[in-house]
Amino acid sequence: MAEQARTADNGVNVQALLEAKEALTDNADAAHFKWRASCEWLKGTHAKSSVESYYGLGEEHKHVSKFTHESDHPLVFASEDNAATPVEIVLCGLAGCLTAGVAAVAQNRDIQLKSVKATLEAPMNIQGILGCDEDVRNGFEKITVNYEIDADASQEDIEALVAQSQKRSAVFDIVANPTNVAVSATKV
Amino acid sequence: MPRRSNGNAARNTDVVVIGAGHAGLSFSHYLAESSIDHVVLERGEIANSWRTERWDSLTLLTPNWQCKVPGFSYSGDDPDGFMTVPELVGFIDDYAQATSAPVRTHTPVNSVRPDDGRYRVITSDGAWRCRAVIVASGACNIPSVPKVEAFVPEGIHTLTPHQYRSPADLDDGGVMVVGASATGLQLAEEILQSGRKVTIATGEHVRMPRRYRGHDIFWWLDKVGISNERYDELDDIGRARRLPSPQLVGTPDNRTLDLNAMLDQGAALVGRLMGFNGRVAQFSGSLKNVCALADLKMNRMLKNIDEWLEENDDPSAYPAPERYEFTRVAESPPLTLDLDKQNIRTILWATGFRPDYSWLEVPVLNSKGMIRHDGGVSEAPGLYVIGLPVLRRRKSSFIHGIEDDARDLHEHLLSYLHS
Repeated sequence: MAEQARTADNGVNVQALLEAKEALTDNADAAHFKWRASCEWLKGTHAKSSVESYYGLGEEHKHVSKFTHESDHPLVFASEDNAATPVEIVLCGLAGCLTAGVAAVAQNRDIQLKSVKATLEAPMNIQGILGCDEDVRNGFEKITVNYEIDADASQEDIEALVAQSQKRSAVFDIVANPTNVAVSATKV
Repeated sequence: MPRRSNGNAARNTDVVVIGAGHAGLSFSHYLAESSIDHVVLERGEIANSWRTERWDSLTLLTPNWQCKVPGFSYSGDDPDGFMTVPELVGFIDDYAQATSAPVRTHTPVNSVRPDDGRYRVITSDGAWRCRAVIVASGACNIPSVPKVEAFVPEGIHTLTPHQYRSPADLDDGGVMVVGASATGLQLAEEILQSGRKVTIATGEHVRMPRRYRGHDIFWWLDKVGISNERYDELDDIGRARRLPSPQLVGTPDNRTLDLNAMLDQGAALVGRLMGFNGRVAQFSGSLKNVCALADLKMNRMLKNIDEWLEENDDPSAYPAPERYEFTRVAESPPLTLDLDKQNIRTILWATGFRPDYSWLEVPVLNSKGMIRHDGGVSEAPGLYVIGLPVLRRRKSSFIHGIEDDARDLHEHLLSYLHS
């Protein structure tokens, strides 16, 4: 493989990713990352979350700048709709993760991408969050993701890109598999 | 332990081979050819793992014509058949006889440690001092069981393929088979046929048809060069070595064993087992994707075969290409199952196996307790490992892969002994 001329450029530094895989395989300490976010209530259902620092490769890091993400609920929930609903932000996280993965896998397989568009939809029965029916879960019933990809590759190769991206996706795993969530509270 | 196992009473030899299975005996064959003094230490009988750690109905995944080891091959009248375990044990026994391998049975190795530029191999029957050690103690010593085992609710029986012999060993209730490798599907099928309800928890798996375009799939893997792909030419050797065994079974009717066949027989498919919430099992929502991955990979392999035929042979001399139905995954497979409501009484872990190197006191083990090696050559001079999946080639995972591996490593060993 290494000898073959590579022509695709999707703007992903696959070499760096492969080197990181090599370096971190036998260095579990450096591979342990911690992702963080903070959130402050504004008013009503409107809140502002921000991310700035994270830990990894054995030390603290900072993003290039502090990123903020507002969230709110829509008018039909009698809210002000100042920003996306948290569940929509989850869909954005999943889409962002899978799409980054598609680009990285395509780069590794030397497939030139021209356009990648994902459309997501997640049905939810709000009887769950309203507490109308104990048998209805709060969260999504399912999530569908539809990719439309223009690339120098066959339909099968494109399906394989998307399949491999799911296999290596952190957010896909977070959404598809159970995670223990520990929430504590302190009076200040 | 006998007194001679410590102190100076160790016997001397050039090479100690640990394990008298097909791998250890093949290595011994080459050592004998080069007149190198050696001994093969076997914890039990020849082909011990096959004798004591396999279920009753098991047959080899590879056809009889492919059962060959250096200087010895299948000579029966059913080259396209598949050996049962007793037949394979007989084959390996015959090989040991034919090569007059210097096997010492019922001699478990308690430890191997460095000893002043050599190795000291301490057994239940005294110690050996040698220049080189060949670890041929098997790839499947310990069933790997996922961490979720700790949370299996009370009253649910659990067992591994080392404990399972036949459906008669099981409680009458339903069974959850965890894992969709050759082991998982073979056991799921016979448990279904015993009249029990079976749920298969399915993570990543490898799907293949038994036969394709008139030949066994292993014939094709040889033909198109996949069997011979070298470990140092594969993109991701770690992944290749961790792959589950292909969903295959060796039967006279050459039937294909895949998840669709399981569904046809009434099995329920769920995603990978992720945990338990009380008495409710939780499964991954990735079932559709793991099936898509396996279907796409199978089709890539079949396409390789078709393209190879176009380029190298007369495709019209073979039956036409085929593509198989994609795995029929339900639109929304269940993410949880209440074990009691579903009457699931048994969990069978078909989640792979790993070698046991607890006796190896040479610093060559990685954080997972596996030997770090380059195609079987460990970092400790004179210490080799053989008989592991994709050790030097894809075919290393199967009996017919041993000849090339043993020959290569024997050559490496010769240059070490002469250095």
